[in-house]
Amino acid sequence: MTDQHGQEPTRRDFIYIAAGGAAAVGGALTLWPFIDQMNPAADTLALASIRVDTSPVETGQQITVMWRGGPVFIRRRTQAEIEEALAVDISALPDRLARNENLANDAPATDENRRFTEDLLIMKGNCTHLGCVPLGEAGDYDGWYCPCHGSHYDTSGRIRRGPAPENLPVPPLRVADEANPAIVVIG
Amino acid sequence: MSGPSTYEPQTGVERWLDSRLPIARLMWDSFVDFPTPRNLNYWWTFGGILAIFLVIQIITGVVLAMHYTADVSMAFDSVQRIRRDVPFGWLIQSLHANGASFFFLAVYIHMFRGLYYGSYKAPREVLWILGVVIYLLMMATAFMGYVLPWGQMSYWGAMVITNLFGALPVVGEGIREWLWGGFSVGNATLTRFYALHFLLPFVIAGVVILHIWALHVPGNNNPTGLSVKTKKDTLPFHPYYTVKDGFAIVVFLMLFAAFVFYFPDVLGHADNYIEANPLVTPSHIVPEWYFLPFYAILRAITFDIGPISAQLGGVLAMFGAIAVLFILPWLDTSPVRSMRYRPVARWFFLIFLLVCLALGWCGASNPDDPVLGTPLTFVTFAQILTLYYFAYFLVILPVLGFTERPKERPASIEAAVLGNKPATTQPAE
Amino acid sequence: MKTLIRNLAVLAGALIGAAFLTAAPAAAAPGEAHEPEPHDWSWEGIFGTFDRQELQRGFQVYQEVCAACHALEQMSFRNLGEGDGPFTCFPDPNASHEDDGHHAEPLCYDNPNDNPVVRQIASAYIITDGPDDFGDMFERAGVPADRFPSVYANEQQARAANGGAYPPDLSLIVKARSGGAEYVRSLLLGYHEAPEGVTVRPGLYYNEYFPGGLIAMPPQLSEGMVTYADGTEATPEQMAHDVTAFLAWASDPHRVDRNRMGLMVLIYLFIFAVLLWFAYKQVWSRVEH
Repeated sequence: MTDQHGQEPTRRDFIYIAAGGAAAVGGALTLWPFIDQMNPAADTLALASIRVDTSPVETGQQITVMWRGGPVFIRRRTQAEIEEALAVDISALPDRLARNENLANDAPATDENRRFTEDLLIMKGNCTHLGCVPLGEAGDYDGWYCPCHGSHYDTSGRIRRGPAPENLPVPPLRVADEANPAIVVIG
Repeated sequence: MSGPSTYEPQTGVERWLDSRLPIARLMWDSFVDFPTPRNLNYWWTFGGILAIFLVIQIITGVVLAMHYTADVSMAFDSVQRIRRDVPFGWLIQSLHANGASFFFLAVYIHMFRGLYYGSYKAPREVLWILGVVIYLLMMATAFMGYVLPWGQMSYWGAMVITNLFGALPVVGEGIREWLWGGFSVGNATLTRFYALHFLLPFVIAGVVILHIWALHVPGNNNPTGLSVKTKKDTLPFHPYYTVKDGFAIVVFLMLFAAFVFYFPDVLGHADNYIEANPLVTPSHIVPEWYFLPFYAILRAITFDIGPISAQLGGVLAMFGAIAVLFILPWLDTSPVRSMRYRPVARWFFLIFLLVCLALGWCGASNPDDPVLGTPLTFVTFAQILTLYYFAYFLVILPVLGFTERPKERPASIEAAVLGNKPATTQPAE
Repeated sequence: MKTLIRNLAVLAGALIGAAFLTAAPAAAAPGEAHEPEPHDWSWEGIFGTFDRQELQRGFQVYQEVCAACHALEQMSFRNLGEGDGPFTCFPDPNASHEDDGHHAEPLCYDNPNDNPVVRQIASAYIITDGPDDFGDMFERAGVPADRFPSVYANEQQARAANGGAYPPDLSLIVKARSGGAEYVRSLLLGYHEAPEGVTVRPGLYYNEYFPGGLIAMPPQLSEGMVTYADGTEATPEQMAHDVTAFLAWASDPHRVDRNRMGLMVLIYLFIFAVLLWFAYKQVWSRVEH
């Protein structure tokens, strides 16, 4: 079509380009609703917080609760476990960041930055490697051990050895109200 | 008519592919250089519009299936969740529900265009029959899709239509229970309708491919009904008809958008916002607008015909109204295709068009109500209209072929386009 | 062009005809119900919006008058603070009232879970949850994510409590009645003495807008039965208007979004159609047709 009138764009070319451009823009914009519909719906987002009473969890015991469709570990650690977690040299860790959603992204992976109270550790229970659920009180570091691909976590949920790239993440946490400090809101 | 292929592979990759799977050649010969009569009017753009709507319905439908739950206790709520909570769910649901109506609107225009211009006549009988098959599949798909929201109209529509099969002698009762998967419309019915509603659009897409294939063997009919004789009668499909179809599609989409965004419920029924209740029937059951003429024919048979009960008679008449379309190519005896040159037939066609619209009106009305205050009731009116509907195909078209004197036709499509003017410009190609 | 206009006219005619045919049965409802009284609503038209004050008052009427019998099953508390909902924005209770409070900036919350008004409304409801660790169901205060609880355990209980009548769920009522918002408003105000010759059985009431004329719902709205927080005078007309507005929003919460997007889509399609029209003319200018 364009070979009949050399290189110079004409009014006639303009109309084809404009129509083609309008089609491209319209098509691209139309795509968005069909992509966005797969994102979590409003009711799913609203259900993203739960309340858990932590008072029945005894020292040395762990409960697993369901949050956002996956496990959350709530462990009341023994004194030995706490001391073990505090004794770790942060600079030697594979992942030196706390991975705590309640803190800044660059907070270091100290035990203080990960635990909820001194003895209470609350974190998501999916291995950061490929999502299997690690076993408690297992592995070479007395914390958690993922049987799928052999990741070892310590008593603060930090990755110590194995293919997992990150520490087990701590979800958004807060105390429900001052009167019941044992009731924790996750999310 | 396709003639030798004009596709010339430009690059090495194209040549490599062309000698293994000549799909680019097929596309080129079918949609780029396909010789198309140069005189097609806007009524011929509805084929393209229908293709777009099939795509819209399949895409929005697959998306809705990601969120819909086919269970009687959850179906209604899951549709509400789509409309309220799913991102853009309100848009996609409205596109799909209104898309069905506009799909039918376009298909009716497409069919009446075929009826007027004689597009069903030789050598296009198979093309026409495939079209009627698509129409039947569309009706089945739309009917089963309407059940899925599980509102009152969904439920009672399903009840009434499946009960039609109960009218068949001997086997009726068994067929009905087989369709339901129970003793009434219920969860089994809903889940099977969902599965079939998902399947049938892909069957339609398959038959559409056959329909286009059958179109591309004899080529398009055209407003004169004359066959293409020389290359001067045609233009390449692209860019002439791609741009014309594109324009028509966008104009039609504007009408569609007006309904989707501003009147999303006008073509539906308020009762379908009430969850299905097997104990309470809505006071006035009507099908979706696109089924109304057939619903009127169904209700028009209020009398026994010999051994055939009124109920069975209605069912037979309704299915007959569609079945007659299959044999239409052999019922119309006139050698002239386009009614442009059939002075008598075009009047009968116009009456037929009005009869179909009036049947729709009857389908929407209470059978015992008077028509506009006259002593005529809607049921009697529908009976007269039904008589004409069948007479048009079974009597008028066969007889007219022998009695009518067609008007003089132009020598060729080119002559019809140019009149007596000499051809001053030629197509660029 | 002439054929184009003619074809479009035929198309539009066919469509209007189809719309008319589907709309026709609405007028032919059984009984001699009156046509609903026409009324102006803020959300009508292409540029209409919901009036948040109106929705807040309407929700108050729903809660204090309707909620005793009618559920809102499709709705969650969070909906009250989403999008055009009544409490997404509300007057700041701590704002100084020295300048009449009218000029104070309202407080707005994007996330209904953080919205104090929505949380407060939710927490006033008792929600049955569970099972707990012992397998028992327990009761707790509502949170924004909870649905409005049903008023009755099931339809049988609802009928038993209401003399055999079933109070319909209100979350879709404006869409589920062919007269829409105007019907709902008219019905609320449509209680009159029964005309001569109509016998009203005990437990039923005459309402000229109800199909059949006899409705089991007693008249509800009486002068000043709610005290509006914003000081608006609570006449029956005002309450009927407000609660209908609230229910219209509840039936179609995305209405304003839809209209706004529709305008954009139509403008886009129009420009695209004009461009295609010129492209079409350009292409076809090369041949006689």
